[in-house]
Amino acid sequence: MRDILKIGGQEVESRLFLGTGKFSANRMIPEVVRSSGARVVTVALRRVDLEYQEENIAAYVPKECILMPNTSGARNAMEAVRIARLARAAGCGDWVKIEVIADNRYLLPDNYETIKATEILASEGFVVLPYMSPDLMAAKKLAEVGAAAVMPLGAPIGSNRGLKTRELVRILIEEIPLPIIVDAGIGRPSEAAEAMEMGAAAVLVNTAVATAGDPVAMARAFGLAVEAGRTAFLAGPGETAQYARASSPLTGFLRD
Amino acid sequence: MIFYEELNKYRDFDFEAFFDGIEDSAVKKIIAKERLTQLDYLALLSPAAERCLEEMAQRAHSQTIRHFGRVMLLFTPLYLSNYCVNHCVYCGFQAHNSMERKKLTPLEVDAEARIIASTGLKHILILTGESRRESPVSYIRECVGILKKYFTSISIEIYPLEEEEYRELIAAGVDGLTIYQEVYNREVYSQLHPAGPKRNYRFRLDAPEKACRAGIRTVNVGALLGLHDWRSEAFFSGIHANHLQDSFPDVEVSISPPRMRPHLGGFQPRVSVSDKNLVQYILAFRLFMPRGGITISTREGKDLRDRLIRLGATKMSAGSCTAVGGRSDQESTGQFEISDQRGVAEMAKAIYDHGYQPVYKDWQMI
Repeated sequence: MRDILKIGGQEVESRLFLGTGKFSANRMIPEVVRSSGARVVTVALRRVDLEYQEENIAAYVPKECILMPNTSGARNAMEAVRIARLARAAGCGDWVKIEVIADNRYLLPDNYETIKATEILASEGFVVLPYMSPDLMAAKKLAEVGAAAVMPLGAPIGSNRGLKTRELVRILIEEIPLPIIVDAGIGRPSEAAEAMEMGAAAVLVNTAVATAGDPVAMARAFGLAVEAGRTAFLAGPGETAQYARASSPLTGFLRD
Repeated sequence: MIFYEELNKYRDFDFEAFFDGIEDSAVKKIIAKERLTQLDYLALLSPAAERCLEEMAQRAHSQTIRHFGRVMLLFTPLYLSNYCVNHCVYCGFQAHNSMERKKLTPLEVDAEARIIASTGLKHILILTGESRRESPVSYIRECVGILKKYFTSISIEIYPLEEEEYRELIAAGVDGLTIYQEVYNREVYSQLHPAGPKRNYRFRLDAPEKACRAGIRTVNVGALLGLHDWRSEAFFSGIHANHLQDSFPDVEVSISPPRMRPHLGGFQPRVSVSDKNLVQYILAFRLFMPRGGITISTREGKDLRDRLIRLGATKMSAGSCTAVGGRSDQESTGQFEISDQRGVAEMAKAIYDHGYQPVYKDWQMI
């Protein structure tokens, strides 16, 4: 059976999503994206400059990718809604990653405002992927109000700390009937693989690639790690045990 | 708690005694910390910390890349009016200086905006002297209305306002505020501002908090370096920024470390602040506020500015002009002489050459 991720009715060929902030030059973006195999690329609308093509970040996203504008800079639901509408009006399509952040120290999302924005935008026909703190009730609400996927953070944005929220993300994967995409905090390919092995539908990476010594090579490493993690998840890893189990001390007597 | 109360706690603080007690080992420990206290920050501003500048620089560099990436936001100032009723002894626009006073007409604002916009810049900082008669809030609002056609982010560097007035300008399209206390030391402040509304230390100090309450998106504070002991002034600027971030977590807070430049009137700086001092201040602030912005203007020269790209700066002005209407009329007198004369394209190229990306647009008016 083909293992294809479907979001908002659209098939997505790669389970690695890429962010475009923090690169030392926009012209690196096409090569990085291609090397990673990513097919969903997020761009902050605040950086999109339609009047200056040479410096317009959106123009560097390869045509075969789904452009997913994000609402970076939104401090509440209404600002996120306005940014999303501007993005659609600017020709950036129907996909939107909601980011509502009212905390500049850790850049942690505001789940309450995120739910409100998701509800409004989903009702307007957007394919809404909300970035959130992994909280079960908030994720259920997001699913209820029409999110197309849920994007819990692994650790604060840009922290490269890995999957610190592992147990909470695991609960979302088990309980929420939508693709769970781990966004933010993933610093190494091994951590991306770990999220995928757990059953995450995809991961979104930006800082770890953009600030790597060789972003193109790191993008490729993430692409491979995501594929490896997904394959392992589908293969169903064996159980782990602390000690070697040579016999059955409790039920051995039952073997004739 | 408002910042004024926090500042009061340091009224009788003995900076020299504190610095005397700082040893290299303490500085090294602080550099490795995840979160610095106010006094940790002060220790990084100490003479002892000068011996650890490279370690501070390494850490500041990696923190900046982690939080901001390899990017530098560009903006330029636009002087709208130089009418001023204040007597700041260090300023070229002060009321006593005999110079031709001018304010831009709406048509002139449009003309200057057109010239700036042709360079690709989308962020603009508008400035006026303090004259509620010549450049009232209504005038500034009118100018903002024109500039909105050309720019996606408009910041103001004008006289301090009441909260309601900030609200009015924000509604008109302003998203950023720059306001320097100039000097945090109250006695020195009073000597350097002998007359005019700017004598009111407290009204100026409270302005950033008023703007934040009114819903401003970005706020930029700082002291004018050269007016008083730079270490304590850098300290107060940093804790001011930190206080604003604590009180208003959704506001993007930054500092500027402007050093005095030659200007009409020829006031000489009271203390000299070397390149080394300036770099120490920038590095210490970066470690204190890893996500805080650091704005470097064209007051600094080309070579130093290029080096600051990798040392924690996040925002730079380019193609600057400190005269009212100076982009269309080369003859007018500026507030001070700028040092880095490079145009926007040249500056952008220098940023690329250092392995960073110049960013022209980082906000979209919504």
